[in-house]
Amino acid sequence: MLEVSGLTAAYGQVTAIRDVSLSVNAGGILAVIGANGAGKSTLLKTIAGILPAVSGTIIFDNEDMTRRSAFDRVRRGIALVPEGRRLFPSLTVQENLQTAFASKRKGAWTLDTVYDLFPLVAERRQRRAGDLSGGEQQATAIARALLTNPKLLLLDEVSLGLAPAIIADLYSRLPEILAQGTGVLLVEQDVSQAMKVADSVYCLLQGATSLTGTNLAMADISAAYFGMEKK
Amino acid sequence: MNLLEPIVQGILLGGLYALFAAGLSLMFGVMRIVNLAYGDFAVLSAYGALVVVNAALINPLLALVVVAPAMALLGYVLQRTVLQRTLGLSPLPSLLVTFGLSIIIQNVLLLFGSADQQRLTLGDIDTASVTLPLDITVGVFPLGVFVLAVVILGVLSWVTAKTQYGRLVRAVSDDPDTVMLQGANPKVIYGIATAIAFGLVAIAGVAAGIQTSFSPSSGSMLLIFAFEAVIIGGLGSLWGTLGGAVILGVAQTVGAAFAPAQQILAGHIVFLLFLAFLPNGLSRRKVRA
Repeated sequence: MLEVSGLTAAYGQVTAIRDVSLSVNAGGILAVIGANGAGKSTLLKTIAGILPAVSGTIIFDNEDMTRRSAFDRVRRGIALVPEGRRLFPSLTVQENLQTAFASKRKGAWTLDTVYDLFPLVAERRQRRAGDLSGGEQQATAIARALLTNPKLLLLDEVSLGLAPAIIADLYSRLPEILAQGTGVLLVEQDVSQAMKVADSVYCLLQGATSLTGTNLAMADISAAYFGMEKK
Repeated sequence: MNLLEPIVQGILLGGLYALFAAGLSLMFGVMRIVNLAYGDFAVLSAYGALVVVNAALINPLLALVVVAPAMALLGYVLQRTVLQRTLGLSPLPSLLVTFGLSIIIQNVLLLFGSADQQRLTLGDIDTASVTLPLDITVGVFPLGVFVLAVVILGVLSWVTAKTQYGRLVRAVSDDPDTVMLQGANPKVIYGIATAIAFGLVAIAGVAAGIQTSFSPSSGSMLLIFAFEAVIIGGLGSLWGTLGGAVILGVAQTVGAAFAPAQQILAGHIVFLLFLAFLPNGLSRRKVRA
């Protein structure tokens, strides 16, 4: 469904990711792991179209997305839950969710079904998004992305700044999302959390691929994660 | 001294200011775009109506049917081609560009018109009046303008609060990049908002042209009144803008009742008092810088 090949992206003169190639299947889940500054978020931003690609291609559903605008990609089924949630603070929770209707995509996810998935969000629907706790904000951000009924969901650091119980609670909703045939590409610093949910793992080190595969041994992963030679 | 008369007249004058401030309230109050040429676009609309009136021999209200959509279109094109490029973290580029536009419009009007005061007229309606209870006489036209201002601000307020477009407008003023992630193009949202504001400024410009008079340089005074109304009312609150405009109008007419030469000054003093003691305006809504 998603085929990224030879993707390079940069902030001005500084190259953030180099020659990254990966693929995600419908209903599949790929975890991108790596240390701070490895280029994980940059990779998701480039796939979502917030950051332009310097070279390489992003093929989605057999269509070239590389030069398309971010909103066009959303309308074709790529949704990003951005780092730091990025809710609209002056809008209520429900209004935040309703902004996703701009994607004009219909499907399994409606206000009712996302409220069923996240009952806590349903309770807070009349609150201003700026007044929510971190976990509530993250759940709202995921719900908002789901309302664009994506074929591919990009999750950026869901666990950032949240308590372990809340993280586990959020991740426990993933199977229901995957059951809709949605592919998930998630970025995590928490390797064990990523390994628990993902079919396969992709490790970035200083913007380039250092390891990729399924059922990897922890020793190989930590070597790839920190860039050390194996003993 | 009977103050009832100037207060009623001031409320009606506030209607005219509210009409002016409605578009500005949307652009500046809700979307945080500063347009210093706003008053000059009102004057431009009045001249546009004058041209249409002279060419087609119709009354100014009918001329609005041409002028308002034309201004809305101009607003959309201007936003997409020029103003959009000035948006960013710093307010300075948009201040400079719209200040430049203001000077260009004033001088183009001087070039093709003259520096004389001009008027639009509706014939008998200009001077028609009705007598309200308590023996207060008000003009029919100012009364109509006031009602129109209330209706326009009501509709605008409903649109921003309840419709999908309104939600997206507020979302864009929070975070344009994230609006893209919802599948909407922020540039189109900005463009439509500017088109609405310019359509409203055309209506306000023509109304002011009938109620008072206009010249190529009268835009800057209109701009100040509109900004004052928006700020007294509180940024982001469209109903607050109506209240702000009425307060400004009443301050001017009551001020004029005491010192006829100091009408404008009285309005500015009330505005400064608000800045000093109620900087968030009537709506008291805290806003981000």
